[in-house]
Amino acid sequence: MTANIEESVEPGIEPALRAEALESLLLERGLIDRKTVDTFIQTYETAVGPMNGAKVVAKAWTDPEYKRWLLEDGSAAIGSLGFKGPQGEHMVVVENTSTVHNVVVCTLCSCYPWPVLGLPPSWYKDPAYRSRVVKEPRAVLAEWGTELGPDVEVRVHDSSSEVRYLVLPERPVGTESMSEEDLAGLVTRDAMVGVRRVSAP
Amino acid sequence: MKERVHDMGGRARFSGPLPPIDPDEKAFPHEWEGKAFALALLANRVSGANLHAFRHAIERVPEPEYLSGYYERWLASAEILLLDGGILAPGAVEARARRLRGEDVDEPSPPEPHKPDMPSGGGGNLRTVDRPPAFAVGETVRTRSEMRAPHTRLPSYARGKTGTVTALRPGQVFPDTAAYFIGEYPQPVYTVEFSSRELWGDDAEPATVTLDCFESYLKKAE
Repeated sequence: MTANIEESVEPGIEPALRAEALESLLLERGLIDRKTVDTFIQTYETAVGPMNGAKVVAKAWTDPEYKRWLLEDGSAAIGSLGFKGPQGEHMVVVENTSTVHNVVVCTLCSCYPWPVLGLPPSWYKDPAYRSRVVKEPRAVLAEWGTELGPDVEVRVHDSSSEVRYLVLPERPVGTESMSEEDLAGLVTRDAMVGVRRVSAP
Repeated sequence: MKERVHDMGGRARFSGPLPPIDPDEKAFPHEWEGKAFALALLANRVSGANLHAFRHAIERVPEPEYLSGYYERWLASAEILLLDGGILAPGAVEARARRLRGEDVDEPSPPEPHKPDMPSGGGGNLRTVDRPPAFAVGETVRTRSEMRAPHTRLPSYARGKTGTVTALRPGQVFPDTAAYFIGEYPQPVYTVEFSSRELWGDDAEPATVTLDCFESYLKKAE
């Protein structure tokens, strides 16, 4: 039996098997090595994720000087905590307040600030989010339980270049006595994209 | 130009209900997704491509496969880049997959590699642009209504629209040429703010949308 090699896309082959086939072809020719593959996977499973962004936010909530720096020069202020790398070349931080609400999307692919938030979650990559949030942000946020008053200005940021956006959420009331470290534990990925608020414990 | 699947902003055909948010979702809910992620990044490197060529490859993935999932399309784009660079023969992945499944199939021989050799101005995508920026913060600008290259970072919904420059960003490699290995041709990049009414009409929800626009996407508003 001979394979039909005309067809480069074979829907009958499930993605796990395709990944394995591709890996074996590149490994056997020495074009990649298993250690690099594993390092890439482990880095984004364990070292790079929303816990990084949460540290940035908690520091900004407790250190006014840092917050000023963060809003003025996001890349430098975030880099000072050790968070840099691909998909974070130029970071811009936008602040949510009682009168302004920022929310971030990438309608063309799924650009996302990897060094501070890790890889994008499935809802961020979903066609419904990518198509709707630029057109009806209030309806999108309300569908996820985030109601905005009519006097709140809504700003949607479509990540169309290598600029990456991080939302600095509002610090919840009732957290005045919490430490920076405990505050970081409250900050969620969703709030740093701007689709939800941070809640007090 | 026919609307392409990846250019999703504002399109009614995708505007279904939102998926639930799982705050604890892992980076790779399925194990193969981690492998697809790593292989796609490495395929980009091995084939001598770049970030823009990678995105362009994702945009060339057939629509049903594009819509089947994020790492599904990453995997498909890795294959496209490796085919383009002459690293893999057409059908090589499928043949290997079938062999792994126990079928007795012939595998095509690897072709002669023909990697692109576009000169690079350094790592990453930020570049110093020698000429002064054409637009200033506060200026009213209009986006182009037609884009020449199939790979562009000006979404359809923002073409032929008027907005205000709110920030000048660092110069960047121009995706519309780099994706085709024509050259980096770095340009100034501007954050431009559009009102929702300008984009969607008078009954739009009140909001603003900002986009980061390469200089050649813009002209002075009349």
